[in-house]
Amino acid sequence: MLSVHSLEVYYGVIAAVRGVDIHVKQGTIVTLIGANGAGKTSTLNAIVNGVKKRGDVRFHDRNISRAKTHTIIRDGISLVPEGRHVFINLTVDENLRMGAFNNDTNFERLRDEMYALFPRLDGKRQQTAGTLSGGEQQMLAIARALMSEPRLLMLDEPSLGLAPKIVGELFGVITELKEKKGITILLVEQNAFAALKIADYGYVLENGSITLEGKGSELLGNDEVRKKYLGG
Amino acid sequence: MDFTTFLQQMINGFSLGSMYALIAIGYTMVYGVLRLINFAHGDIMMVGAFLVYLAHAAGLSFPAAVLVGVLGAILVGVLTDKVAYKPLREAPKISLLITAIGISFFLENLFNVLFGGVPRAFPAPDYLTQVIHIGKLYLPTTALVIPVVTLLILAGVLWVLYRTKYGMAIRALAFDIPTVKLMGINADGIISLVFALGSALAAVGGIFYAISYPSIDPLMGIIVGLKAFAAAVLGGIGSVTGAVLGGFILGFTEILVVAAFPDLGGYKDAFAFFFLILVLLFRPTGIMGEDLERGRF
Repeated sequence: MLSVHSLEVYYGVIAAVRGVDIHVKQGTIVTLIGANGAGKTSTLNAIVNGVKKRGDVRFHDRNISRAKTHTIIRDGISLVPEGRHVFINLTVDENLRMGAFNNDTNFERLRDEMYALFPRLDGKRQQTAGTLSGGEQQMLAIARALMSEPRLLMLDEPSLGLAPKIVGELFGVITELKEKKGITILLVEQNAFAALKIADYGYVLENGSITLEGKGSELLGNDEVRKKYLGG
Repeated sequence: MDFTTFLQQMINGFSLGSMYALIAIGYTMVYGVLRLINFAHGDIMMVGAFLVYLAHAAGLSFPAAVLVGVLGAILVGVLTDKVAYKPLREAPKISLLITAIGISFFLENLFNVLFGGVPRAFPAPDYLTQVIHIGKLYLPTTALVIPVVTLLILAGVLWVLYRTKYGMAIRALAFDIPTVKLMGINADGIISLVFALGSALAAVGGIFYAISYPSIDPLMGIIVGLKAFAAAVLGGIGSVTGAVLGGFILGFTEILVVAAFPDLGGYKDAFAFFFLILVLLFRPTGIMGEDLERGRF
């Protein structure tokens, strides 16, 4: 469904991503794990052309390497950015409306679905997003990304700064999105354990390169992964 | 000052304030989205008024000429952004500011070269310049038309900003341009919309101004634009309601100073700016402004 080939991202002379290949099969959860600064966020941003890059990105066998960000989103990819980036001056409802900017006809149905999926948001529809807690903002960011009915949902560090209980809830929802709605997911995480547990396939990113890849369960059992990312 | 005179001056202040408010909205919206003081905005107002004059001189009826003026101003405003500001989106803000000043000089001199600097009589139709007497009140039709049209336009702008997805996108853009793109929204299109809206309002303000002081010249946008900018700052730059409030406060101050101290009428601009400085000393972010770094809608 998504294939990334020889992806490179530079900030000035500093290489953040040095020739990365990633394949995401339809209907799977694929995770990209690695330490801070390994190039995970740059990889996701490069896929939607939010940063300058070299290399090829194909989505459903269409080359989207040169497409503009907003057209890539319209083609069926959504990105929940690192740090959530909900529109803090807009209400919860308005944030969802923005997610469905190109999906007017399905807005109301999807909005109701989102409030069912994230009941915590339901009572806060008219509240400005800036007043929500971190966990609620993350849920809103995911709900907003789903409003365009993407075929591929990319999540950048959704667990960052959240209480373990909320992380559990979120990862439950992510699994549900794959299983019940058939949405393909590319998940970037520092929380390697939580990510690998739900992932069908995983890549380990180190200093801008893929150093290891394999099935989620295999990586969970891998000695090197255990030592570096799972605390022994 | 007796009550009739006071009422009369209040009505005049309302008209003048309306013009400042209409022009100030463009400054504040562009600032809110791009953090740019669009110094060419006052000249867009001049372009609007000038095009009405030219279209009318070419034989169009006044309403048709107004349409030409507004559409022309929209075109010039949007083009200014595309040609001069868009290539500099990633550049330091100071480069944008200098470019805006450059565009301002360009428009002023272009119209000077094409049409000369001599003020021309503006072709305001009789139904707008007629004077109505109500008791001792002396009311030009414009004194009623301008505030009413302005309030309708303001209601329309607020409706767009708070009730349509395009307005929500404008408000979202003021905080986070990259994330707006992630919504599948063409951010440059929304920025064009901001320039279009602001330019249309400036043109209407310019036309009102030209009707009230029935002459136009290529430099008419400078001082009016500066005062509308002051109004936007006074109200809190980045806030649309603030711009409207600032416009009316400035308009009333100016008129009341002249009414109360007729001998000092020549200093009315000095009074207006003195008042601006006074407010900013006590409230640096303006009346409605909360945070200078992040404009608010």
